[in-house]
Amino acid sequence: MAILKKEEAKALLQKVLAHSKADECEVSLRGEEGGNIRYARNAISTAGDIDNTTLSVTSYFGKRSGTATINEFNDAALERVVQRAEELARLAPENPEYMPLRGPADFKDSKTYVPATAAITPDTRADAVAKSIQVAKEAQLEAAGFIENTTSFSAILNSKGLFAYDTDTNVVFTITTRNSAGTGSGFAARGYNDISRLDTLSATKIAAAKANSSAGAKAIEPGKYTVILEPVAATYMLENMFRGLDARNADEGRSFMSKPGGGNRIGEQLMDDKVTIYSDPFHPDLPASTWNRDGFPLEKTAWIDKGVVKNLVYSQYWAKNKGVQPVPQPSNIIMEGGNASLEELIKSTEKGILVSRLWYIRLVDAQTLLLTGLTRDGTFYIENGEIKYPIKNLRFNESPVIMLNNVEALGKTERSISIESYRSYLIPPMKIRDFTFTSLSDAI
Amino acid sequence: MKRREFLHYTGLGLGAGLLSQIPIIGKAVPLEAPWYTIDVAKKKELADVALNAARSKGATYTDVRIGRYLNQFVITREDKVENVVNTESYGIGIRVLANGSWGFASTDQMDKDSIARAAATAVAIARENARLLTTPVQLAPQKGYGEVSWKTPIEKNAFDVPVKEKADLLLSVSDAAMKGGADYVGSFMFLVNEQKYFASSDGSYIDQDVHRIWPTFQITKIDKATGKFETRNALSSPRGMGYEYLIPRESDKIHGVTTLYRDRYDMLEDARQAGTQVGEKLKAKSVEPGKYDLVLDPSHLWLTIHESVGHPTELDRVLGYEANFAGTSFLTLDKWESKKFQFGSPLVNIVADKTQPGSLGAVGYDDEGVATQKWDLIKNGVLVNYQAIRDQAHIIGLKQSQGCCYSQSWSDVQFQRMANVSLQPGTAPLTPAELIKNVERGIFIAGDGSFSIDQQRYNFQFGGQLFYEIKNGQIVGMLKDVAYQSNTQEFWNSCKAIADKRDYRLGGSFFDGKGQPSQVSAVSHGSATARFNGVNVINTARKI
Repeated sequence: MAILKKEEAKALLQKVLAHSKADECEVSLRGEEGGNIRYARNAISTAGDIDNTTLSVTSYFGKRSGTATINEFNDAALERVVQRAEELARLAPENPEYMPLRGPADFKDSKTYVPATAAITPDTRADAVAKSIQVAKEAQLEAAGFIENTTSFSAILNSKGLFAYDTDTNVVFTITTRNSAGTGSGFAARGYNDISRLDTLSATKIAAAKANSSAGAKAIEPGKYTVILEPVAATYMLENMFRGLDARNADEGRSFMSKPGGGNRIGEQLMDDKVTIYSDPFHPDLPASTWNRDGFPLEKTAWIDKGVVKNLVYSQYWAKNKGVQPVPQPSNIIMEGGNASLEELIKSTEKGILVSRLWYIRLVDAQTLLLTGLTRDGTFYIENGEIKYPIKNLRFNESPVIMLNNVEALGKTERSISIESYRSYLIPPMKIRDFTFTSLSDAI
Repeated sequence: MKRREFLHYTGLGLGAGLLSQIPIIGKAVPLEAPWYTIDVAKKKELADVALNAARSKGATYTDVRIGRYLNQFVITREDKVENVVNTESYGIGIRVLANGSWGFASTDQMDKDSIARAAATAVAIARENARLLTTPVQLAPQKGYGEVSWKTPIEKNAFDVPVKEKADLLLSVSDAAMKGGADYVGSFMFLVNEQKYFASSDGSYIDQDVHRIWPTFQITKIDKATGKFETRNALSSPRGMGYEYLIPRESDKIHGVTTLYRDRYDMLEDARQAGTQVGEKLKAKSVEPGKYDLVLDPSHLWLTIHESVGHPTELDRVLGYEANFAGTSFLTLDKWESKKFQFGSPLVNIVADKTQPGSLGAVGYDDEGVATQKWDLIKNGVLVNYQAIRDQAHIIGLKQSQGCCYSQSWSDVQFQRMANVSLQPGTAPLTPAELIKNVERGIFIAGDGSFSIDQQRYNFQFGGQLFYEIKNGQIVGMLKDVAYQSNTQEFWNSCKAIADKRDYRLGGSFFDGKGQPSQVSAVSHGSATARFNGVNVINTARKI
């Protein structure tokens, strides 16, 4: 099924809703199309096309609910999926945390759809990959990379009259270049709504320069160091913290946002006053969805303001339980930066480590949000404001909360992606003191 | 089962803010729908449509996977059933070789015209990709098996067990844990049935019915005065079994400081223990960092085997196909060619085995129509082999594939995935208790916890669920804040004792991630309790 326009989606959802006999019913559609190419050893290894549309129906009888989904759209299938949702709802036990569906609301249009990205063809992807492979070959390196574009839409309609629609486009590109001796490796990652901003040639050149300059790495002693995290490294580290901004977990006492003795840390100075983190679906450099699945409009929301916790996510149920207003989950995250360039951050560093990318970050301790992981694809020693030599990769054990208490300086915020979720963020490069490395790795 | 599907239905992505817009995957089916399979003659007819269409467009090789994937999720939280979901996904994936290059397309429109169109698309993609080809794909020969079938040898189909019975068990688990002192309990049951039909231009028509089960929980206790909290996860392992896994047998229990389980799991008993142990964890002594002899239970060691042996012996990583994401491998071809790379101590024998009963990776044939097998990876400590598929076999001189190809669904392209990789038990009689008796300063670790390893699989760090201090051959109490770090080769060379086959057990995961776009695979790892001398232990306690 093609990407449905707003009125087409609404018409289909109304047709589905007409079959409902439940007390309340919510129907939603999500569809995406696009494609991808994966390459390695300077040649394409796999490629595929995506075309998926799913209809979801949630029916309510009192406090009982059931959900059914389907990817067939003939009349009989539409009727059947509603019946199945109602069967499930009748079988389900009552949910004491049930919250009634929300009524109509005005949702502003998002700025996430770019026609040029939606027009990408297999040729466009192959051409972008060809440029990247050519750069690698000229630099006598081996390239392994991935490009994926998606165009998607989502829409919800419920029996109380709430309707919302959104459409967006995305393209992500990641590239790793390695020398034939296996002694040097470099990486670059890009993610945009707009394909015209993606330059696989220049991104591969950056990865190639890192690969060539990271060869011959020296070992240094693990310990506490001043680090400069490039945005890709900082993003992966912070994404783990963004996932924990939930009020219920905090109030229940099982989160780094829990306050000893009970309650959460809203209002507490938890980080350095240089740290300000917020969401804004209308930010021109990171447009995002303007509504969430529960039918709440998304607006600019402060999470950390000058180091103070301003908000946590409150579901409808938890907000009612605590007597506060719901705070919906955000659709994007932005961290404010400073005015310095990455080069200026390096220049201002007497002794430190430049980190290009972090890898295999996993939670060690939920209480303190202690994470472990490693540097990868370009780690360099800085002395007297200059990159002196490449160093071997290091394992860290560090909490992003502790890290954001040790901020020396922030660079200019830029669009960056997480290398695991492929989500885009606006994150600055950051200079952090006393970042804890615990062992050396021989990996390149 | 796709990871995003798991996250969506279990709510484990909730509170995870930015994961909230994960789409729902698959079609729902009624909760108590009778379990059935699709007529094999119908599948053969559809497969032949794809094979013929691809050949007519110029494909020199074609394989077709018709998949019907059923999942069931039963999810409880404390005294509430949070969600019960059935899903079904049905469709066809077609992979072709044309102009020496791979192409792939899939569709869920199971009419003959749509299938023929998908086959033509796969050929067109292969031709487009061929312009960036450096070496044509070289496929290891594979005989056609004709019409054959295979089924996971289950005793009780978990999809036939009433949902209420499963929900009642999980609610009893919560009750047992809360009575033991827990503040919060989340318990889950995940059932998987992959009905897979494979056909290829080699002449194979393979019908398989694969079953998996994963019952698990997480228990949390909070010390309200200090604000400290601890968790204890289930000591179950996901298995390639039916509901019989949840029917306890005394003969499958190993009693000690905690009870451990072989081929049957007593979920209620484990929850009762966990409810008590999570309180003990809160009061446990924080570990003093330093070198310890580690005694690792199979419920823990499976993950170390997975990360430090399973992944670096995957040939696609060795060759660089995962370089942009999951990484490469320190086990380069020259180390294998030397025939003397001492991966571990002479006690260390590690096999890959896609035939192991009860394991997650057990199937009769892989996803490119190769009969599964068992082979040595590490023999007496020396690297002797890798894990390979049909387009890699020639690189290591194999005449046929080792049968490691897998795709998470009909809609994803198949590629090389890990076989069950297991440490063989010791040959001399040795029990875990006898093994601990010889340890002066050590830690016994049970259950899997935090895990991280570098992109070439040298440097790793692992946590766990339960940590017990060993002094002069005796377990003297519980520790917390424990993680150990090592280098893979040093670690396996520090292996100084392995209990015998009486202690051999399987652990594993439903969610081994790899590839771009990322796919998950279910895999098991077996071992007996093993001892590793002089491993570096760090203290993970911090203050914020």
